[in-house]
Amino acid sequence: MAEAESVAVWEAVRRRPVRFLWSAWPLRVWAYLLSGAVSGFAALAVLSVLIVTGFALSLLGIGLLLLTAAVVSAVPLAAAERRRLRLVEPAVPAGPHVRPPRPGAPAWLATRLRERATWREFGYVLLFATVFTAAGYAFTALLGLSVMLTVSPVIVWAIAPDTVMLVPGQPVSGPVGALPGTAAGLAGLVVSAYAGSLLAGVQVRVARALLAAREEPSDDSRVIELTRSRARLADAFEAERRRIERDLHDGAQQHLVALMMTLGLAELQLRGQESPASALIVRARAEARQALEELRGLIRGIHPQVLTDHGLAAAVDELALRSAVPVTADIRLPSRPAPSVETVAYFTVTEALANAAKHSGAGRVEVVGRLTGGVLVLTVTDDGRGGADPAAGTGLQGLADRLAIVKGRLTVTSPVGGPTVLRVEVPCSG
Amino acid sequence: MLRIVLAEDAVLLRAGLVELLSAVGHEVAAAVGDADALARAVDADRPDVVITDVRMPPGFTDEGLRAAMELRERHPGLPVLVLSQYVATAYATQLFGGAAPAGGGLGYLLKDRVGEVAEFMDALERVAAGQTVIDPEVVRVLLRQQGADRPLGRLTPREREVLALMAEGLTNQAIARRLTVTEAAVVKHAGGIFMKLDLDPAEGNRRVLAVLAHLRGVHPSV
Repeated sequence: MAEAESVAVWEAVRRRPVRFLWSAWPLRVWAYLLSGAVSGFAALAVLSVLIVTGFALSLLGIGLLLLTAAVVSAVPLAAAERRRLRLVEPAVPAGPHVRPPRPGAPAWLATRLRERATWREFGYVLLFATVFTAAGYAFTALLGLSVMLTVSPVIVWAIAPDTVMLVPGQPVSGPVGALPGTAAGLAGLVVSAYAGSLLAGVQVRVARALLAAREEPSDDSRVIELTRSRARLADAFEAERRRIERDLHDGAQQHLVALMMTLGLAELQLRGQESPASALIVRARAEARQALEELRGLIRGIHPQVLTDHGLAAAVDELALRSAVPVTADIRLPSRPAPSVETVAYFTVTEALANAAKHSGAGRVEVVGRLTGGVLVLTVTDDGRGGADPAAGTGLQGLADRLAIVKGRLTVTSPVGGPTVLRVEVPCSG
Repeated sequence: MLRIVLAEDAVLLRAGLVELLSAVGHEVAAAVGDADALARAVDADRPDVVITDVRMPPGFTDEGLRAAMELRERHPGLPVLVLSQYVATAYATQLFGGAAPAGGGLGYLLKDRVGEVAEFMDALERVAAGQTVIDPEVVRVLLRQQGADRPLGRLTPREREVLALMAEGLTNQAIARRLTVTEAAVVKHAGGIFMKLDLDPAEGNRRVLAVLAHLRGVHPSV
């Protein structure tokens, strides 16, 4: 974008303001503006004829045809304008038009009229034929006057004995007397060099904005929309996990506890009686308890409540306590990241610890988490044998995908012989 | 007989607990469904012990636990037994890790413990009597953490066992029975634990301090 915005002639003035005057630049600028004044006048003539007669005849069908022609005439005019940019710019911008789907004039016309680019070009041509052309004539007048003044001694000499009046009422006595005119003319040329650069630069900007091919906005918005819908999907998944966790907690888990309580009461009733039912009740309670423990593990895997209530550090501490490999966790964050960030960070650590326990043969794992410059940086380092291939495990791939949604990054370095370092970076501000 | 205020939002469990507590001869002064009602019930008529769920309306996070801690500030020495579905030690740490308990029993039990009626009632009575009770499952998870850099890393396996049972609130006598050793041996191990965890023998409830040291060892930030 920065490259697109730099205007060559302005750059030349900015870089060497004095040397600019001796370079070819003033001549290029003048050529651009003068040719613009000429072609602009031609464009004005064509457009006014087409538009005025078009409106005049608009009650007849032919008028509409003429107005259409006015619009479409912008296409070749714009192409010429793009080429004319070569006078002051290093490169001609690419044309904005798409290729018509079929050969032939009707398809061409239909395509061009539907394109936004055509209407942008039409807008440019209108601006060019009026404002730029008027400015061009004013500039031509300034330049012409300056040239005349500069060469006034020669003129005075050439038309003698007739007299010339540079200032009304005061005839110039001779070529020497016209020298102040030369001074004024040279000053005028300097002014036209700089003013011309300014004017040409503005025209270059406008031309590039309206004539150059641009990335179709629909594409941009499609990418943004896609990212948004992915984020929405991830949020929906997260909400769904929480709902399932809540349902299990409020439903199955409570019923199992109630069942155990009822069994406890039954046991109480049978206390002191030698009955085979007592043994069965004890067994039933042990089974209910087993089910409850499994349910608890399942719920932790879906959405650990400790993460919601106590944050990432506490939840990772909990993972460390449950890990088969000894884990030191050191997560210090000044504040709690967004829930989506906490969740993805938590599940990344879960996966990393599971991998370390399963594949690496590690004897120790270290988890470190810090917030540096608005970015949550988590590293999981194990002292195992390394050689982990992130592409091989679907777990890591899935995590990378989930991280991408919160604009995070996952890097795994695992040289053969270890250590394996898994690094997660997630931006947390805004 | 104990006078109990009970807070549990699941109707099924609330009714079951009331039935269970009444069956063994306790009096349930109030059975409520949210943290505010719990605070009102306790403020109106201080019970012998409070039993509360961790997770309660309106936010369904740890309202019950926070209400219990606030109640203990307003009513120093109020015994509280917290029932939880979470093995996560962060909740126990939250409960025990604040200020050293100014007397008054404190307990953290998993909900499935209520099925083992005799043990549950035993734990409830110990809490009412001012002792500390931590669920054996939570203690087991805590004790799994090893490493010489933590205070617990300095304990021998036997001392860990004794500490775990102390955390459950058992007396030396009960620990000796459970481990089938003499009471003198338990006293010796307990001495070793207090020494290794840098606990001043002159301080009051050394068992509570041992458990807290334990929790702080896992969460140094507390």
